[in-house]
Amino acid sequence: MNTRTTHQPIIEMRGIEKHFGSVIALAGVSVDVYPGECHCLLGDNGAGKSTFIKTMSGVHKPTRGEILFEGRQMHFEDPRDAIAAGIATVYQDLAMIPLMSVSRNFFMGNEPTRKIAGIPFFDRALADRVTMEEMRQMGINLRGPDQAVGTLSGGERQTVAIARAVHFGAKVLILDEPTSALGVRQTANVLSTIDKVRKQDIAVVFITHNVRHAMAVGDRFTVLNRGMTLGTAQRGQIQPEELQDMMAGGQELVALEGSLGGTV
Amino acid sequence: MAETAETTPAPDERVKQMSAFRRALIRPELGGICGTIAVFTFFLLFAFDSGMFNSQGILNWSTVSAQFMIIAVGACLLMIAGEFDLSVGSMIGFSGMMIAIFSVTLGWPVWAAILVTFALSLAIGALNGFIVIRTGLPSFIVTLAALFILRGFTIYFPQLLENKTIIGGIRETAEGDWLAPVFGGKILTGLFDWLGQTGVIATFERGTRQGDPVVDGIPMLIVWAIALVIFGHVLLTRTKFGNWIFAAGGDAQAARYVGVPVNRVKILMFMLTAFCATVFATCQVMEFGSAGADRGLLKEFEAIIAVVIGGALLTGGYGSVLGAALGALIFGVVQQGLFFASVESSLFRVFLGVILLLAVILNTYIRRMITGER
Repeated sequence: MNTRTTHQPIIEMRGIEKHFGSVIALAGVSVDVYPGECHCLLGDNGAGKSTFIKTMSGVHKPTRGEILFEGRQMHFEDPRDAIAAGIATVYQDLAMIPLMSVSRNFFMGNEPTRKIAGIPFFDRALADRVTMEEMRQMGINLRGPDQAVGTLSGGERQTVAIARAVHFGAKVLILDEPTSALGVRQTANVLSTIDKVRKQDIAVVFITHNVRHAMAVGDRFTVLNRGMTLGTAQRGQIQPEELQDMMAGGQELVALEGSLGGTV
Repeated sequence: MAETAETTPAPDERVKQMSAFRRALIRPELGGICGTIAVFTFFLLFAFDSGMFNSQGILNWSTVSAQFMIIAVGACLLMIAGEFDLSVGSMIGFSGMMIAIFSVTLGWPVWAAILVTFALSLAIGALNGFIVIRTGLPSFIVTLAALFILRGFTIYFPQLLENKTIIGGIRETAEGDWLAPVFGGKILTGLFDWLGQTGVIATFERGTRQGDPVVDGIPMLIVWAIALVIFGHVLLTRTKFGNWIFAAGGDAQAARYVGVPVNRVKILMFMLTAFCATVFATCQVMEFGSAGADRGLLKEFEAIIAVVIGGALLTGGYGSVLGAALGALIFGVVQQGLFFASVESSLFRVFLGVILLLAVILNTYIRRMITGER
């Protein structure tokens, strides 16, 4: 699954620093992501995960450090630049619009048009057909393309958003805690979707604070703590317990874990 | 979301769960269609002999409905885009007054007065939108301010310039103008002459217009209403921009993340609302031949009520232009129907309040059904 021996990293973040006024949110984070790998970014709340991926997706500009995309240095002015380059982000709560149909959501911002008498009309027939096809491939049975997204479960919504990003040519897919609000079976669906996407040679950056979810699909794991990288580990070289320790900063959790009987 | 997981059954079961009735319920126009049928049935039963359904009667309530429709189209698209405009009524008064001041007081040709007024109102609409976007304040407050500012100017300018609050004489000024008939004229006059001669519609029996048909054409007001409804409906349901309108109102931040130019969509919809208000004002000024400082009072609320009856959600992201047009039709028919049925006209407002409440309750229920909320 890991093709890093033959490929260059698709995106390299070198020594990224981000300061908000006097607060140092990121103090020099370096991460590289290869095509076809699922790179898990772990960290507790406030570790700087969100700030880091927002830098990657063009929402924030780094205070210091450089971003190399396909070997070239990039300066994203806003998220649209990043999207145009092929970096798509799926946000946990803001992936879909519940009142709109699946097909309208799928093509939101990328509507196909067909000219009738010189006027570009929204090609709904095409949009509906493509949506149904893509949903079938992702294993979601829709009642029809006009079904409202509101009727889908949380996991299905994440899946639709991922399918959308892939369909519109994402090379790097950033998933911001896609499983944190989901039940067990829906989480399994989303994780299998991540696996499908990775097999299409797309780089997946999977943000989570759940070590089990990360271990299920991750090829490499980077732990952030207090705005710093605590290193990147290969799959198989690290135990879930070690990751958990690194995320929580170790010490405090050891005592806690004893009293909870290893349930955390 | 864990809750959704429990209540959402497997895909196969879901196919059966959706009955045809529920599917029909989800169409935003449903309330409007039912209301229209109910209203027409009622007045056909109780006011058929009153002249409400002869050619003059039909023209009467069609004209009133068309007025509502014109402002409802703009209000509808703006509401779906997630914003309100409370300055519609004041904009009607203001635009009418500007046309009168430019053409009568300042002596400009009427076409120039109309065009400059349109430019002015579009600019004000854009300003409303810009302030809403820039400050992030609710459009309710920003346009409430515009409501008072515009109404204030509408009263102040004519008093300053002419020492009165109604400026007349526009019909004389508009004589021979090329643009004025687009708003104040009538079409199909030949057809109606012929219908009068063949006896399909009644003719005047005495007076200066003896022999002329009682209805001598379709006012441009109605043509504008139909054209705007078709334009709005096609824009919303058949174009890329329409999808952006839904997206902007459904969840502006989610739409921004996928590259929808939400700010542009919202500002353009504020401008469309102002445009519709000015079309209304221009037609009214051309019909009455005068502009008054109190014109358009309460129209913003009537527009919003028509839109809500038409199935749009006050929170944005959902609605239908056709539904809003039906809402406007219900309004026009009831307002004039009560007059024909000799019912005290103040009861119209009672009717408005009741139907607004029913429509909002129905819409909330439908929204829950669509989104699966409990």
